[in-house]
Amino acid sequence: MKKILTAAFTTLVFATPALAQNVSVDVTNLTNAIYFTPLLVATHPESTHLFKSGTAASANLQTMAEGGNTAGLITDLMGISADISDNPAGGLLAPGASTNATFPKGGQNTHLSLVAMMLPTNDGFVGLDALEIPNATGTYTYFLNAYDAGTEANDEIINGGGATGTPGIPADPGGNNGTGATGVTTTENNMMVHIHRGVLGDMDLVAGKSDLTTNIHRWLNPVAKIVITVN
Amino acid sequence: MKKYPTFVMGTLLLATLALQACSDSDDRASAGTTMRSYEVTVVNLTNNQPFSPLAAILHKSTYQGMTLGASASPGLETLAESGDNSPFLADANANTAVSDTASGAGLIASGTQETVMLTGSETRLTLASMLVNTNDAIAALNGIELGNMALNEVMTLHARAYDAGTEDNNEANSDVPGPAADGEGFNATRNDRDFVIVHPGVIGMEDGLSTSVLTEAHRFDNAVAKITIKRTS
Repeated sequence: MKKILTAAFTTLVFATPALAQNVSVDVTNLTNAIYFTPLLVATHPESTHLFKSGTAASANLQTMAEGGNTAGLITDLMGISADISDNPAGGLLAPGASTNATFPKGGQNTHLSLVAMMLPTNDGFVGLDALEIPNATGTYTYFLNAYDAGTEANDEIINGGGATGTPGIPADPGGNNGTGATGVTTTENNMMVHIHRGVLGDMDLVAGKSDLTTNIHRWLNPVAKIVITVN
Repeated sequence: MKKYPTFVMGTLLLATLALQACSDSDDRASAGTTMRSYEVTVVNLTNNQPFSPLAAILHKSTYQGMTLGASASPGLETLAESGDNSPFLADANANTAVSDTASGAGLIASGTQETVMLTGSETRLTLASMLVNTNDAIAALNGIELGNMALNEVMTLHARAYDAGTEDNNEANSDVPGPAADGEGFNATRNDRDFVIVHPGVIGMEDGLSTSVLTEAHRFDNAVAKITIKRTS
């Protein structure tokens, strides 16, 4: 947790000394071979959005979606006193793997968001946009979709390109990729944040249009499960 | 705005007069007794599947615009194959279980949105719109209950893509009406399984269907639309 408990939260804890109130969030990667870059999970006020589908990505969201760098989004969140879990998995969250982030309950940070780049993609990310955290004690399960930031053409060429505005995919952490691709496309039709159409891939490891592998890298939504436990 | 028989409306107004006199902003009176308005905004979340003009219908549970696993009505077939929503909306307007309908003004391009208004005493919402670069795919909400919404409450939903099942998904230039092709729209011949299912997605010319006019850019996954509903009165 980045943030020290606020005075408001401390007061709340003292007011209800018998209960250790918190919100625990378990995250599981449900894809076959797509890795999540270091997750950014946060609780924040209702009006905060790391992204909004149907609108253009912020520069900081673009940086996260194209290269996995969450520093800019974390700065944004610190500016509004969000509670932040930066990189709870301590690195990549592999297919099938789970991690946990825990937040204080109560106060201004009533909503939950999550983002992480999906590797290997050009600008795909797993996203949760300002979900209202349930008030009542209990366990709640949600499924998350893969979004396309709309900022980079999905050429599916693995060339190390992770910097903002640089074409290409940084890497495939699973090592299931090919090389020598000529590129799937050079354009992005929908330049707003939208639901990712999935990857094409091909079955040629040394040539073809895509460096991704059709029978390994594809996914269908949902791509992640979160279980929120309100204590 | 669908016309109500005067007698029925009069009765409903009298029956709810006492309640309305003391109702507050949190009024949750039972369905079918109070006129309410909803602002319905549809955002196209696909990469390259423009949506045909929306059909939005406010109704009670006895109206069913679409039934999963069952044959599509001719109105739904027309909407799903050509994007023309007029027969589907005409059928709804003729149904006594429907209290209002609205048509979108035009195509909703990917990444854009449109808002329509519905006002009526019933509390279920059905929405349908064709993904025009397909044979017969529709984005739809099928009878969502709005009766628990408080005044000014906002609800966000996501819609998935369904396959009307009335036209073979050949993805051929001659049969896809959207801008990706120049094919025909509605054809009364039903040459597919003839029941509504969740859409399996499009294949495209790069992925093994060499006769497809579609490319990888026309592929989609769910959800295909974000729907924001605000109860405004």
